[in-house]
Amino acid sequence: MKALKFPLKPIYPALLGCALLSSALLSSPVMAEKAYVSNEKDDTISIIDLETMEVINTLDVGERPRGIIFSQDRSKLYICASDSDTVQIMDLSDHSIIAELPSGEDPEQFALHPDDRRLYIANEDDALVTVVDTQTHEVLAQIDVGVEPEGMAVSPDGKWALSTSETTNMVHWIDTETNQLIDNTLVDQRPRHVEFNKSGTIVWASSEIGGTVSIIDVDSRQIQHKLNFKIKGIHPDKVQPVGVRLTDDGKYAFIALGPANHIAVVDAKTYEVIDYLLVGRRVWHMDFNGDQSKLLTTNGISGDVSVIDVNKLKVIKSVKVGRYPWGVRIKS
Amino acid sequence: MVFLFRLSLLCISLGLAPLLQAAPLDIKVGFIAYHPDQGPVLSNLIPEAADRGFKGAELGLNDNNTTGRFLKQTYSLTSKLAEEPEQITQITQAWLNQGIRLIVADLPAEYLAKVAVQVKQHRAMLINSGSYNDQLRTTECLSNTLHTLPSRAMLTDALAQWSNSRRLKNWLIIKGSETNDLAYAAALHRSVKRFGINIVAEKTWDFDTDLRRTAQNELPLFTQTKEYDLVVVADERGDFGEYVMFNTWYPRPVAGTQGLTPVAWHRMVEQWGAAQLQSRFEKLSGRWMNNKDYAAWAAVRSIGEAVTQTRSNDAETLFNFITSDKFQLAGFKGRKLNFRQWSGQLRQPIPLIQPKSLVSQPPLEGFLHPVNELDTLGFDKPESNCTVMFASH
Repeated sequence: MKALKFPLKPIYPALLGCALLSSALLSSPVMAEKAYVSNEKDDTISIIDLETMEVINTLDVGERPRGIIFSQDRSKLYICASDSDTVQIMDLSDHSIIAELPSGEDPEQFALHPDDRRLYIANEDDALVTVVDTQTHEVLAQIDVGVEPEGMAVSPDGKWALSTSETTNMVHWIDTETNQLIDNTLVDQRPRHVEFNKSGTIVWASSEIGGTVSIIDVDSRQIQHKLNFKIKGIHPDKVQPVGVRLTDDGKYAFIALGPANHIAVVDAKTYEVIDYLLVGRRVWHMDFNGDQSKLLTTNGISGDVSVIDVNKLKVIKSVKVGRYPWGVRIKS
Repeated sequence: MVFLFRLSLLCISLGLAPLLQAAPLDIKVGFIAYHPDQGPVLSNLIPEAADRGFKGAELGLNDNNTTGRFLKQTYSLTSKLAEEPEQITQITQAWLNQGIRLIVADLPAEYLAKVAVQVKQHRAMLINSGSYNDQLRTTECLSNTLHTLPSRAMLTDALAQWSNSRRLKNWLIIKGSETNDLAYAAALHRSVKRFGINIVAEKTWDFDTDLRRTAQNELPLFTQTKEYDLVVVADERGDFGEYVMFNTWYPRPVAGTQGLTPVAWHRMVEQWGAAQLQSRFEKLSGRWMNNKDYAAWAAVRSIGEAVTQTRSNDAETLFNFITSDKFQLAGFKGRKLNFRQWSGQLRQPIPLIQPKSLVSQPPLEGFLHPVNELDTLGFDKPESNCTVMFASH
């Protein structure tokens, strides 16, 4: 007995270490990728494990959550709780709401400045953009924009904050140094989303009712190209572009076409539509996983998330979430 | 020489373009309404808002001005309720004399026609936001005039489409005897033919007892006919129609002017961003947005869209743009709206509502049209004698 005891001693910790290591190795990709989906009519956030493609948690948040974004270090999630008139901050280590920011009324979409502090929030009911400091929770400025501001984006260099107003039909250019509105670009009816390319030279602005996406040159603030979409068997009026996402390699743009239930895949260099991918009903927004091999879409009416294989340009799965999923962000 | 001349013209026009864009523009809009007395009714009605239409026009103006401030365009609105019908043309004449060339009107058809004559003489534009009259879209064509309120035919076609799709193909029609009730019944007859519905019986309500006491006794007997799938009521002012539901001989749903109702707008419309329009309206007026408000809002917003795109406040320029295929209005009904080039009618989906929910919003899938599904509602081009036209004398 005595003889046996001794040699076991050093083995235990080693085994334990191996077990820990292997579990860490096995679980690290599992831990790494999680999709957060805001469910507009359930007042919840669904968390999808990207490895198993299953909902692993559903969290109660404020009323009518729509736009969601991460802090730069991805330790926090900002949530536009539209009907609670607030932006909530969720600590992603334990999913607790640690603060509520004064967002102005009916916040829908927002964008975080590269400085990780200035949050630009579109207040749909008040024709305002509210700028909030995420550290001091102070309102730094409120800027008058057009009727029903919705889309928000900050340029990668942090110089511009853009807002789209759905009834005024403009992209508003806000200088982030002075918080002054500098210029407006008139686009087609009901612009809903703006997205900068990686280098910040071009902006993609979707017009839901106009059925187009305007590609705007940032230097001149003029439209240099306009995308139109045609899907066989779907009435042109139902092709209503909303969300836009671009791959970092500059190869593709993915455009969510709302009640047309398709994602348009666009060659981001030639602006040609390459393909239309059938997803769930009334598709709103999208996000890539870390290596951009997968794209997730929120499908409002069908209450699910479609998963697209970016390399094969194929829809590979759909995951049931809450009612009226709207925003999606993936943490890797 | 010719080339040089053209080149210099080109240079001038290029040089001028930014200046023209930046030039401040004033856009003056007039909104006139006349609310005829509906006469006594049997049911204790919830009264219609006295400022119906007015608040819609006001919200449209606010929306236009929010956009206009980025383009140096300033909109102003003069609104007036005519107390007596004689005042109508006096008010509009005074406006035309003051230089107002864009008029939105919530008026019965006969008065609208009079204003249209004045408007034409002054190269002005008129938008009808108050009359459902079908003749204005088919035979009594008014020049310089557009319609943002749906016609009765659009409403009843929407109802018949839904009824057909739900296989409720046998109707009992009950109508009142007022002019508007007969017009609604006539529109029902047209829709019945278009969408393959049978009328099993049609009856006119002419009882004059107080239904609050006797509805349960009288209506079951009144509705005892050959069996039907749906009872369709034509009672625009709500005289007896409110008592039909749950009092029919056969337990069948009720639709038309009461029950399941086709409308231009209702508080229960909330999809497609409509929730935002509703909350803007409630903040402005403290009440729900109704049909007349929506039509007035759409009229003022259509003017605004045309001004934004043309950078002009000239009535003829705006009218021609609005009736062109370039025009589109985001009207919170799920698709872009534009105007028919024959009747000047705003194409629009028609919500079918019951007091606390939206039931359906035709045009429904499966009802096809060679050009535009929205033209399955109301008078299509071959059914109308009208052509949109802007005349200046």
